[in-house]
Amino acid sequence: MADVTMRVWRGDASGGDFESFTLALNEGEVVLDLIHRIQATEAPDLACRWNCKAGKCGSCSAEINGKPRLMCMTRMDTLPEGAVTVTPMKAFPVIRDLVTDVTFNYVQAAKVPAFLPPPMPEGGYRMFQEDVERGQEFRKCIECFMCQDVCHVIRDHEENKTHYAGPRFFIRYAELEMHPLDQNDRRDLIREEMGLGYCNITKCCTEVCPEHIKITDNAIIPLKERIVDAHYDPVAWLGRKIRRKTKTSAAAAAVQPAP
Amino acid sequence: MTDSPFEHHEYDVLIIGAGGAGLRAAIEAKRRGLKVALVTKSLLGKAHTVMAEGGIAAAMGNVQSEDNWMVHFRDTMRGGKYLNNYRMAELHAKESPDRVLELEQWGALFDRTKDGKILQRDFGGHRYARLAHVGDRTGLELIRTLQQKVVSMNVDVFMECKVLKLVHDQEGRIAGCVGYWRASGEFVTFQAKSVILATGGIGKSWKFTSNSWESTGDGHAMALWAGAKLIDMECVQFHPTGMVWPLSVRGLLVTEGVRGDGGVLRNSLGERFMFNYVAPMFRDETADSEEEADKWYDDHDAGRRPPELLPRDEVARAINTEVKAGRGTPHGGVYLDIATRRTPEFIRRRLPSMYHQFMELAGVDITREAMEIGPTCHYMMGGVQVDADSEATIVPGLFAAGEVAGGMHGANRLGGNSLSDLIVFGRRAGLGAADYVEAGHAATTFNQGEVDDAVHEALAPFDRASGENPYDIQRDLQDMMQTNVGIIRNASELDAAIHKLDEFTERVKNVSVKGGRAYNPGWNLATDLPSMISVSKCVTLGATMRKESRGGHTREDFPNPDPELAKVNFAQNSTGGNWDSPVEVVESPLLAVPAELKALLEETK
Repeated sequence: MADVTMRVWRGDASGGDFESFTLALNEGEVVLDLIHRIQATEAPDLACRWNCKAGKCGSCSAEINGKPRLMCMTRMDTLPEGAVTVTPMKAFPVIRDLVTDVTFNYVQAAKVPAFLPPPMPEGGYRMFQEDVERGQEFRKCIECFMCQDVCHVIRDHEENKTHYAGPRFFIRYAELEMHPLDQNDRRDLIREEMGLGYCNITKCCTEVCPEHIKITDNAIIPLKERIVDAHYDPVAWLGRKIRRKTKTSAAAAAVQPAP
Repeated sequence: MTDSPFEHHEYDVLIIGAGGAGLRAAIEAKRRGLKVALVTKSLLGKAHTVMAEGGIAAAMGNVQSEDNWMVHFRDTMRGGKYLNNYRMAELHAKESPDRVLELEQWGALFDRTKDGKILQRDFGGHRYARLAHVGDRTGLELIRTLQQKVVSMNVDVFMECKVLKLVHDQEGRIAGCVGYWRASGEFVTFQAKSVILATGGIGKSWKFTSNSWESTGDGHAMALWAGAKLIDMECVQFHPTGMVWPLSVRGLLVTEGVRGDGGVLRNSLGERFMFNYVAPMFRDETADSEEEADKWYDDHDAGRRPPELLPRDEVARAINTEVKAGRGTPHGGVYLDIATRRTPEFIRRRLPSMYHQFMELAGVDITREAMEIGPTCHYMMGGVQVDADSEATIVPGLFAAGEVAGGMHGANRLGGNSLSDLIVFGRRAGLGAADYVEAGHAATTFNQGEVDDAVHEALAPFDRASGENPYDIQRDLQDMMQTNVGIIRNASELDAAIHKLDEFTERVKNVSVKGGRAYNPGWNLATDLPSMISVSKCVTLGATMRKESRGGHTREDFPNPDPELAKVNFAQNSTGGNWDSPVEVVESPLLAVPAELKALLEETK
């Protein structure tokens, strides 16, 4: 097959530039195959993250021709003719070449008040498929962090990272809120500290999700509705309290021992 | 305390590897109030566990109430061709249901039965529907659940840190390890009263593998160098169904769930060939016609099991034979067909990631076309010899759990038994290490000399201006192991492999690295090569010694099992403690199975 030119951003926190590599393209190859071939030949020190090469681990996120994609799931023959540009995710600080510092996401993960179920009855919990399915959609998340990368709130405003959790964690909060067994109440936390209100529903996150999770429609919008209800509508708030007596505040839950 | 010139940390329990076993061990050790840390070569949540698809084997009896731990024990031992450490198989069968239920207490959401219990699916070698699952992404559910639990417990997690070598105290007890940060290339030492190895597998030494770049056998190798014994290293599992085309994804796993859910194997003549490959020990419980096999899917009492659901070693060998006989597909595999047998809706619901994987990577719609598949290097049954109850090795302070530990699966692992292995023995390793620390006989000194040697060796490739590219060595090693120590082996190829591994050892000593130390994959690979060579040697030596065919180990010059060899493991230990030190192989008698458990094995039902 024909040769292809890969324009790969190389550098570190102090700056960098594109380096071009021209190499043969084989049938069925994905962007990550080309990056690997560059590593194995011309540039063994070209930094990129990857693990499974099967779209399951979410390690090899990068921006391909300016769009966040998994390098392992982007077939070369689906890209337009001409040079292919590969750059690191923009919303995170560069470590080297295509590798970014995604610590922000792990900091957010540590802030999530844990799942809090009632004591398990003999033989295990009973839950029904239709009740677990909503949460299962969000648990498909492979933590590629491309939804975080593409979200304008942090992509263009580094300063918002202190008070904005981002789409990946909104689906995590939605999953917990919709979990049939969870008794923790995170609604005030989501509104006051996780910055859900900053999201203006442009759906960029949904568009880039490699797992096709409907982040905006199925997580963020229902979460916004829940929080608005809880905050401004005393009737809805009271109704929820009566229906779900076991819900406790995050602060109260935090002092309860983990199961 | 130590006068380390490097960044230095001190812990009670240090766990190397943050897949299922490492995370589960951390939870247990942390519950004991100890100071616990996890060190991982990748980011948290990316470990190879995420690739597991089909499910977690646990005899909960939610789908078939006849199931119980005794049947699971029997299936595991039969699948392992009786080479297993029986005590591990027993503990695993007894404890896995509780470990699965525990995951739901931590937020996991498994697929459900109609009455709201955890749904279980059929898999190869398991007599009953036994695999708790979430579609075909069960490993992701397991790792995410454990990861979130670990984070909520404030366990310290050190990410993208490559551990080079274990460090002892003056008395030979384990005292910690030395490694480097991938991001900066700076060295770091961890002093620890106990170390749990949970580093996973070794598949990256083969050309066609379902394993990620991480599976370079670091834990196997470090244990060997530190004085522990490795057993059953010849027992490598080649999963029957890996993708074969395009070449870019060759080896990528296709879940056994496809067959559990009705998929069948056909050769290029369209024959459902597995009926021709039913070994005598499985004949009583395997269907002998397509009609009988097909009835079984709808009603497990109406027929015996389809031969496609025999253990993996049996199916992989059969596929290999069909391809060699000229009945393979254009790309050298066979067909796995579910399109003609199940509705598109069923396939998309039960096997969403397989649908996605074939559609995006191969341009194949598995609801309309058959998949082309063939065997791929998948799992290491062999590993560090441990005490079944505590996962302790013979080196004081060193523990091992998960794929890096040997014994549980014998000569062949059943599908679904790996995820349950991780949570059963991860927990036990956490308990074992905590008991050891609390007993108060742990190391108090830290051998800085071992640190200095490891650092010196790791930096040497930067000083060789004219040496060899590490990627060239890796590629040649993978080619050689695939050709000489693959699914079917013989004496002459194994002898040649041993000779070639000596050449590879010399090549690794001449490896050269370009660039700086910060996030340099070439250098990272150069530091993985000693483990890869060391472990490849052990596999080859074990394969040479085991002059029979058993489970994942097949010798064309010794095609039958030898009853005498069913009584021994081959145990290997390093004679010098360095990666290039010679390895000694000795016969190590298997634990005798107590009479009451033996009776379970002899029952045909």
